[in-house]
Amino acid sequence: MLSRTADHLYWMARYTERAENTARMLDVAMQTSMLPQSAVDTEQAWRAMLGISELQDAFDATYGTLDAKNVLAFMVCDPANPSSIVSCLTAARENARAVRGVLTTEVWETQNATWIELRDRLRVSLDADPGEFFDWVKHRCHLARGVTLGTMLDDEALVFIRLGAFLERADNTARLLDVKYHGAGAGATHDVLTQREFYYWAALLRSVAGFEIYRKVYRDSITPARVAELLMLRADMPRSLLACMQQVVANLKAVRNDVSAGTERLAGKMHAELQFARIEDVLAAGMDETLGKFMENIYALGNGISRDFLVPLGA
Amino acid sequence: MNHFFNEMTAGDSGAVREHYRAFDAWLRHQPPERIERKRAEADLTFRRVGITFAVYGDGAGTERLIPFDTIPRIIPAHEWAALQAGLAQRVQALNMFVHDIYHEQNIVRAGIIPAQQIYQNAQYRPEMQGISVASDIYAHIAGVDIVRAGAGEFYVLEDNLRVPSGVSYMLEDRKMMMRLFPELFARHRIAPVEHYPDMLLENLRSVAPAGVLDPTIVVMTPGMHNSAYFEHAFLAQQMGVELVEGKDLFVDANAVYMRTIRGPRRVDVIYRRLDDDYLDPLAFRADSTLGVPGLLSVYRAGRVTLANAIGTGVADDKSIYPYVPDMIRFYLSEEPRLNNVPTWQCRRPEDLSYTLAHLDQLVVKEVHGAGGYGMLIGPAASKQEIEDFRRRLVARPDGYIAQPTLALSACPTYVESGIAPRHIDLRPFVLSGKTIAMVPGGLTRVALREGSLVVNSSQGGGTKDTWILEE
Repeated sequence: MLSRTADHLYWMARYTERAENTARMLDVAMQTSMLPQSAVDTEQAWRAMLGISELQDAFDATYGTLDAKNVLAFMVCDPANPSSIVSCLTAARENARAVRGVLTTEVWETQNATWIELRDRLRVSLDADPGEFFDWVKHRCHLARGVTLGTMLDDEALVFIRLGAFLERADNTARLLDVKYHGAGAGATHDVLTQREFYYWAALLRSVAGFEIYRKVYRDSITPARVAELLMLRADMPRSLLACMQQVVANLKAVRNDVSAGTERLAGKMHAELQFARIEDVLAAGMDETLGKFMENIYALGNGISRDFLVPLGA
Repeated sequence: MNHFFNEMTAGDSGAVREHYRAFDAWLRHQPPERIERKRAEADLTFRRVGITFAVYGDGAGTERLIPFDTIPRIIPAHEWAALQAGLAQRVQALNMFVHDIYHEQNIVRAGIIPAQQIYQNAQYRPEMQGISVASDIYAHIAGVDIVRAGAGEFYVLEDNLRVPSGVSYMLEDRKMMMRLFPELFARHRIAPVEHYPDMLLENLRSVAPAGVLDPTIVVMTPGMHNSAYFEHAFLAQQMGVELVEGKDLFVDANAVYMRTIRGPRRVDVIYRRLDDDYLDPLAFRADSTLGVPGLLSVYRAGRVTLANAIGTGVADDKSIYPYVPDMIRFYLSEEPRLNNVPTWQCRRPEDLSYTLAHLDQLVVKEVHGAGGYGMLIGPAASKQEIEDFRRRLVARPDGYIAQPTLALSACPTYVESGIAPRHIDLRPFVLSGKTIAMVPGGLTRVALREGSLVVNSSQGGGTKDTWILEE
């Protein structure tokens, strides 16, 4: 496969995944903002939301007040914000268009139809019912994933789609946890949660579709340590760091080439560290430390994949 | 345009022609709402599938649909058989002409075509002089534009030998008709066209460099922003080959390679969909980033095939067009089976004075123009337009040719006011390899504006499915 083709597939998947993640975070933030809380708390929550994507400065440069309306404008519609839903869905579609011949007709049509419908959705449903709009985005991303798995030949093209999706997802879960752990402050390690804290952690779980899974797995009250364990170390939790890294390792192995050993080694090391970690040790060492290191490694891994496969040799 | 040939009905009586009768009977029973619904369905599908063409200079990323008309253009078997024989003859002679031009130039020496018509032709490539190409084929894919005039006779309007577009619309229009009106295909014996990509693949394989048994073939596109990008991606997908851009290819050790995730892979045949000028910045336009540095040197060494060959444009120029019938006589010792449109070459003083005296009756075209730009349609032009054109013509007469305005045939077409005749042309696609082959049919383009003769998609033309009826 052409390196450029692999690159487009990889980014198509990353942007689709990112659109879904942005929609999830905004959805939960909107719901949380409806809980009774002080104006300061509300503003802090929105700031944290921007912090996840490292977009505080970009927001402050163009928008004034930090409120729901402005954050939605920035995170949903702003084409200058690369993580906005419009930017992500457009970029996913542009990448798909560049390799439309490699995709099945169904996959291409799904990407294209999402992009076509997006404009109508923005006009009609975003103002009236943001929740419905976010559901639509999530639904379209689920559809993109499903139609990919349901129709694509399991070959290198699918490998690069998976690599993009799981790398993006791992990055997103790590950022989400990192910011939320900060947000919860030092008090978050005690066992019995205040009502405010309960809603806080429940919201985090919901943003990764993990609330019901949490109940199923732990059959117990919500504690920050268990949330962290679920989102980092559980192989059976689809958006956990471990589950994502498992996929990254397996897919890298499937396209191994003469120059990719270093990248594979890094991915394997990240996987192993999660696989054999215990949450007590992670917490003792400090969440900041662990997640910071993980995000650095994800960044390096992305560069490694680009260097070894996507940026053409001899370019 | 009173006396045009109507494809569906004959003469003043308006009697339906034999080959349209079954369709006409079917159409009479269709409630207008059903057709309207089907048209809307077609639009929606084309949009969702992204069967669009990109528009230059119309805002970034603008994509437009080419309007699709649901009334087919029907051609009976015997007419197609005559067209097919004429097309094969014409393309064979054109291939021999290009070979001759880049070798002995016998046709110039025989005094049939003046030497300056070759050397002053912007499409003539001195780099090709004396170079051998696989099987002596230059125009592997030709899209020959054919129109039907007053009494129903066919004329060749243009030989497109460089990178003719439209074959994907021929295939998509057929797919759409079969989907919208399956019952029509049960009523008619319509020759299939869907095997075109197989024929193209076979053709490209047959012209691989000597000694390459299992050639690696690619389709080369200028990229997503090219107006025909959909077609490039479509053909690559249908043939199961890579769609590459210039930056995906590089030249090393006198061979062309593509950059893959597992390192370089040798490429043998390039179906290139960009013009000569952009192919190799070392040989042609140095400012082009679309091509592959060094490609020409590999090509000249016979280690890669380009389809179509470099320099074929010398034969499809409007100033060479008038000589094609003579070419057929010269190379094949046959009489041409297809008509040329009578053409005045304005570089000749007597042709120029005739043209200037009859501007209001003629179509005047720029020799290197394309896409319906830079032309004057005399009968439809205002006095001012004619005077403007006259000045351009006098200033640079060798840049223009003139032709009589043909009363192009018309085919019933759905327009806002209902069904009305609209002028059409036909672009069949002729493949040259070890043999000459074509699928029965081609792309029918239709001028949607009343009275308009301009069918180009860039000028708002639409398309129709083209049926060749089997006997």
